[in-house]
Amino acid sequence: MAPKQRTARKVSQNPELIRGIGKYSRSKMYHKRGLWAIKAKKGGVLPRHDPKPKPQAPSQKPAKFYLADDVKKPFVNKHKPKPTKLRASITPRTVLILLAGRFKGKRVVFLKQLPSGLLLVTGPFKINGVPLRRVNQSYVIGTSTKVDVSGVNVDKFDDKYFAKEAKKKKKKEEGEFFESEKEEKKVLPQEKKDNQKMVDSALLKAIESVPDLKAYIGARFSLKQGMKPHELVF
Amino acid sequence: MPFKRFVEIGRVAQINYGKEHGRLVVIVDVIDQNRALVDAPDMVRSQVNFKRLSLTDLKVDIKRVPRKKELIKAMEEADVKNKWEKSSWGRKLIVQKRRASLNDFDRFKIMLAKIKRAATVRQELAKLKKSAS
Repeated sequence: MAPKQRTARKVSQNPELIRGIGKYSRSKMYHKRGLWAIKAKKGGVLPRHDPKPKPQAPSQKPAKFYLADDVKKPFVNKHKPKPTKLRASITPRTVLILLAGRFKGKRVVFLKQLPSGLLLVTGPFKINGVPLRRVNQSYVIGTSTKVDVSGVNVDKFDDKYFAKEAKKKKKKEEGEFFESEKEEKKVLPQEKKDNQKMVDSALLKAIESVPDLKAYIGARFSLKQGMKPHELVF
Repeated sequence: MPFKRFVEIGRVAQINYGKEHGRLVVIVDVIDQNRALVDAPDMVRSQVNFKRLSLTDLKVDIKRVPRKKELIKAMEEADVKNKWEKSSWGRKLIVQKRRASLNDFDRFKIMLAKIKRAATVRQELAKLKKSAS
């Protein structure tokens, strides 16, 4: 009979009472793990596998120079970065108010959080002129208004989509110093315009189904006389 | 001008300071010159300084320090809750609470509604002025 495929246990059988002290003693753990059963099967001894033959390591010459002081080796860092934790008020399909930058005060629809932690956001462009854009959650107020956007597919948008194109290096010659530099006009690639339209068409339908929501998103937010931000409910 | 709202047993008052701010209570006994024993259906009977109380017009018919059940019965007979919510003071509080809980979208909709109302009022006024002149 072939030995059963045993998967490695994920949780230890010895629950921790305090750090360093388990609930069960050594003898109890021996019994729990069933080492007595393995020994009984294998005739009184735990099965022992011969060590695999190691590949011959190339012979190292002794070092010519040894440092006087010990050199510290840095610790291994296996920490994997996670995208930032979002505030509870910012969930997909919420209307956000941008607080800084070119579009400050604009109300905008939140689509998803990108792997870098930034928020992917769109106006929609037709309503308030905000394109598909990345925004940091620190510069945003999350309102409690939500837009229903089940028909929008935002999977293809990534941080790389928004990366700047590498500038071509221009060689400066003497003559050109006196001429005005002609800046090449930055034209948006048609692909980005199509993406914008695709995302916005689904959003627009949902927005127009709620009365006044279109005008709301088109308007900018501002503090008026008597409004106290710490008392406002967004 | 004579006083109309007196501190008496059964007077309904509103606590205007402290942790219980805004709560409606009934004065159930007077402890001394400064404090009253105060009770409400959903509160433990406790002492409160008069300075923390704002007296209302409402009064409940009870004896000195009634039991909780009797207090609740008397309050329902006097219909404190409905009378309070219909009174102008009570209505103002309800409006204040509603305004404080408004969403950003709600505030926008209210702004649009106010503009619309003002526009219709001005139109009517213009019509009246025209017909009068």
